[in-house]
Amino acid sequence: MDIVSPGFTGRRRSGTELPPGQYLTHEFPVLSAGPTPHILPEHWEFTVTTETGEVHRWDWATFTSLPAEEITRDLHCVTRWSKLGTDWKGVSLDTLLADVETGADFAMAHSYGGYTTNLPLEDLLDGQAWIAYEYDGEPLNPEHGGPARLLVPHLYLWKSAKWVRGLVLSDTDDLGFWESVGYHEYGDPWKEQRYAGD
Amino acid sequence: MERTALRRRLTWQVGTVTEIRQETATARTLVVDVPDWPGHLAGQHLDVRLTAPDGYRASRSYSLASAWTGETIELTVEEVPDGEVSPYLVEVLKVGDPLEVRGPVGGWFVWRPEQAGPIQLIAGGSGVVPLMAILRAHAAAGGTPPAKLLYSVRRPTSVIYLSDLKEIAASDDVEVTFAYTREAPPGEPRVGRVDADLLDAITFTPKDEPTTYVCGPTPFVEAVADLLVAAGHDPARVKTERFGPTGGPR
Repeated sequence: MDIVSPGFTGRRRSGTELPPGQYLTHEFPVLSAGPTPHILPEHWEFTVTTETGEVHRWDWATFTSLPAEEITRDLHCVTRWSKLGTDWKGVSLDTLLADVETGADFAMAHSYGGYTTNLPLEDLLDGQAWIAYEYDGEPLNPEHGGPARLLVPHLYLWKSAKWVRGLVLSDTDDLGFWESVGYHEYGDPWKEQRYAGD
Repeated sequence: MERTALRRRLTWQVGTVTEIRQETATARTLVVDVPDWPGHLAGQHLDVRLTAPDGYRASRSYSLASAWTGETIELTVEEVPDGEVSPYLVEVLKVGDPLEVRGPVGGWFVWRPEQAGPIQLIAGGSGVVPLMAILRAHAAAGGTPPAKLLYSVRRPTSVIYLSDLKEIAASDDVEVTFAYTREAPPGEPRVGRVDADLLDAITFTPKDEPTTYVCGPTPFVEAVADLLVAAGHDPARVKTERFGPTGGPR
């Protein structure tokens, strides 16, 4: 141990094990880089663009008619709060990518408002990621990313792009919005991958 | 090139508290000497880590309040009731104590002197901290381009950096306006939240093409950012930083 903070004893909160450096909250804090986009479902669409330029497209009606799943997961934000057992409803990326032919290894999620975040494609498959449109039994509100957001709960929450409008698949691992200003390119909370080089 | 520069690894460093300034009843500024601090941009934040005698640790992020001058760094901490780290920083930490920090972090909510266009700063409560860093960097850069600060506070005693802000307002380089939400000083008739009329009256117009920095509690930032977009400001030029008792970087 390097140093001790004189007079600090801490307030250990017992019970659940959290990823390193996280603390538990029961609220649902909001963090975004700009104004909240307000997208009406009738104007919303979601696209998947492959590395060859092929575009797959869903509007709100076709998207919400896909088989949806109830999802209960813990959330971990890089700003150090964790919220446990959150309830969502959404469409699995396995469903959306089922008919997409690709050999790409990476995906860039794009959002209304211009936000981007990069992920390995394999982290979006096998029951690990959804496009969620309900939170706690209600339509997802704009502050939390409505009408629909990416949900990738095994990574820090900045990877779960709010107001998502598409994925662009690629052979190269380019950096998204926060990743290009110093945050970790992958963001595993259990390895505490907060910033570049962690 | 930039990617390489930004993607260096951030390591924990032990600084020493050299000065403490009480700003309000619940906020104080810590001046910390960090021997290997790499410098920072106005608007960036850092992580603070506390370690108990048994090795238990707690970390939080705080905005840097100072512009980088090559010497010490400053952070201003508002005590969060029921918090774990901020009560220690506001009530326990003393001059001469070590403080572990890591940073700087964040490259979006920043102002760079070479950036074009006026600066519009809009603060709610202790959201003024990173905006103060921008004002200090702006002063160090010679007081250009034109800059304005709108600072929403509950009452006169809640104002952080009062003497610095008076000095800045007197310099003619920056226009400073306070909006009091609960109680105004004598002679100040307006009490109320920031609304469309106030923004229209005192902020730069969309035609001025300002870069606007909004920082404060989530409901404040949501409301102000929505009003700015409704008034015709380009959302891409409205940068926000939101925080709450458990939320963002503070």
